[in-house]
Amino acid sequence: MKPLSKIFEDAGRYFEKGGRFEQYYPLYEAFDSFLFGSNQTTNTAPHVRDSIDLKRIMTTVIIALLPCVLMAMWNTGYQANSALQLMGLSGPDGWRGTLMAFVGCDPESLFANFFHGALYFLPVYFVTLVVGSLWEGLFNLIRGHEFSEAFLVTSLLFTLTLPPSIPLWQVAIGISFGVIFAKEVFGGVGRNFMNPALVSRAFIFFAYPAQMSGDQVWTAVDGISGATALSQFAGAGPGGLMDSVSVTWLQSFLGTVPGSMGETSTLACLFGAFILLITGIASWRIMLSMLLGGLICSSFFWLQGSGVNPMYNIPPHWHLVVGGFAFGLVFMATDPVSAAHTPMGQWLFGLLVGGLAILIRVANPAYAEGVMLAILLGNVFAPLFDYFAIQANIKRRRLRHG
Amino acid sequence: MAETRMELFVRPIFKRNPIALLVLGICSSLAVTGQMTTAFVMSVCVTLVVAFSSLIISIVRFQIPGSVRIGIQITVIATLVILVDQILKAYYFELSKQLSVYVGLIITNCIVMGRAEGYAMSNPPISSFIDGIGNGLGYGVILMAVAFVRELLGAGTLFGFEVLPLTSNGGWYVRNGLLVLPASAFFLIALLIWFLRSIDPDQQEKS
Repeated sequence: MKPLSKIFEDAGRYFEKGGRFEQYYPLYEAFDSFLFGSNQTTNTAPHVRDSIDLKRIMTTVIIALLPCVLMAMWNTGYQANSALQLMGLSGPDGWRGTLMAFVGCDPESLFANFFHGALYFLPVYFVTLVVGSLWEGLFNLIRGHEFSEAFLVTSLLFTLTLPPSIPLWQVAIGISFGVIFAKEVFGGVGRNFMNPALVSRAFIFFAYPAQMSGDQVWTAVDGISGATALSQFAGAGPGGLMDSVSVTWLQSFLGTVPGSMGETSTLACLFGAFILLITGIASWRIMLSMLLGGLICSSFFWLQGSGVNPMYNIPPHWHLVVGGFAFGLVFMATDPVSAAHTPMGQWLFGLLVGGLAILIRVANPAYAEGVMLAILLGNVFAPLFDYFAIQANIKRRRLRHG
Repeated sequence: MAETRMELFVRPIFKRNPIALLVLGICSSLAVTGQMTTAFVMSVCVTLVVAFSSLIISIVRFQIPGSVRIGIQITVIATLVILVDQILKAYYFELSKQLSVYVGLIITNCIVMGRAEGYAMSNPPISSFIDGIGNGLGYGVILMAVAFVRELLGAGTLFGFEVLPLTSNGGWYVRNGLLVLPASAFFLIALLIWFLRSIDPDQQEKS
C-alpha cells in the first residue's frame, strides 16, 4: 500500500490549484479517497467528533443491500433454472448457454442457481454503473464537484428493482434519464428531490411498458409466463382468491417467487432494515409509519371487501410480502435526501407513502404495483410536510415565549 | 428604444421566445405536440390569430376605454378563433377532429392576450402585426421542435411517414411510450429552455 500511496501523493500536486490538470481534480480526488482515507482534519469550529461521513453512510447502505443482492442472484437463477427444467431444456440460448454448460442448470444446485442469476444481474449492474458514472463524471468535471459514493447505492438500488429480462440498452437509457433529470439538473448529490433510482425505473416503466410489466418479463427465460403474486391476485375471479395464487405466503416472504430481481425477498429486506436501523442511518419513523400506513389502508380495503375487484380481498399480511413493498419501505422511502427531514414530517411522509402504495395497488386497475409511484409522489410532498412541521414549531414556540 | 421592423419580426423567434423565455402557452404545447401535423396546424392557427388580433386591436386602440379593455380584447380574439375553427372544420375536418378543443382554446392562450395587452395596445398597427407574426413563429418553432422529437421517438414517424421502422411492424425500433404521453413535453421544453439560455446567457434570470 505504501508505494501506491506515494504515487498518489506525488501525482496530487498536478491536480491541485495551479497544477497542470487542475480541471480534472474531481477525478483524482475520487480515486484517491476511494483507495485511501483522508488525512485532512477540520481546523475551525464547530468540531463534530463523529467519524461517520457521506462515504461511510453509503458503504453501510451497500452492506445492508448485500442480502438482497445475494438473494437477487440466487432467485433469478433459481427461477430461470426451474423454468428450463419445466420446459425440458438443458440450458439457455446464446452466450449464457455456453457458460451455463460448464455448471449445468439444476434448480437444486445452489451454485448453478447463483451462477445463472449472476449472468443476468451482473450485466445489468455493469451497464448501470458505467453509463451512470459517465454522466455523473461529465457533470462533476464541468462543475468541479467532487465524486460521491452515492451513485454506488443508486446503481445497486436501480439494478435490484429491474426484471431480469430487461434489455441492456433500456437500462442505459433509464439510468441516463434518472441521473440527469432527477439528480444533476437540480445540482447533483444531495440536491435530488426525488430518488434517482426510482426515477430511472419509472422512466422505463412508462417508456417501455412491454419490457417492464406484464407476465412475461419476471423470469429470465423466453416464453415462460411467470406471473407475480400481485398479477395473479388481479386476475383472480370472484370467490376463490387464495386458490388463484400459486405461491404460499412463506414463499413470498422468503422470496422464491418471480419478480423484480432484488425485491422478491422480504426476509432479505428485513436483514437490511436491521443493519440500517442499528447503525441509525435510516429513519425508523419512516419505516414504521409506512408500515402503519400500508396496514391501515389494506385493512380498510380488506374489511370493506368487493365482489368486483379481487384486489380488495387481499389480506393485509399478504400486502406486506408481495411486490416491492418491503424493498421500497426499507431502502427507497428512507433515502435521507428525498424523504422528509423533520420527525413530524417523516411520520406524515411514511403514512402517505404506505397508504398510497396500497391505494394504487388495489384501486387502480392499470397498475398492479404502486410502491414506486407512491414513493415518488411522497418525495414530491416531503418538502411540504417539512415546511408545515417547521411552521407549526415556530408558531408553538412563539406562543410559549411571546 | 424603438425596434426596427426586422427586429420585431426576428427577436421573438429565439431572443425572447414566448414559450422559452416568457413561458406562456405551455398548455397547448403539451397537448398538440404528439404529431408534427397537428403541431404544424396549431402553429399556423396561433400565428394567424396573434397577428390579426394584434392588428385589429392596435387599429382601434384609441377607441378602447381603459376600464373594459380586457373584455374588448377577448371579443376580438374570440371572434378570430371561432373564424379559424370554422374554417378548419369546413376544409380540414379530420385535422380539426384531432386538434379537438385546442383550437377553441387558443382564446385562452396567454401569448395572444399577452401580445394584445403588452404590445398592440400601445403600438401602431403595422408594427403590432409584425410582432404578432414573429411571436406566432416563435411559438411554432418550439412546437415543431418538441413534436419532432416526440413523434420521431414516440411513434417512429414524421408527419405520419415512417422513418424508424417499429418492431411491431417488423422493424428494429422499439417505440418510447413516455414520449407519447403529453407530460414528456415538459422535459423537452425544459431541455430547449436550457439550450437557449446556454447559448444566450442574456436570457438567464439574474440571481
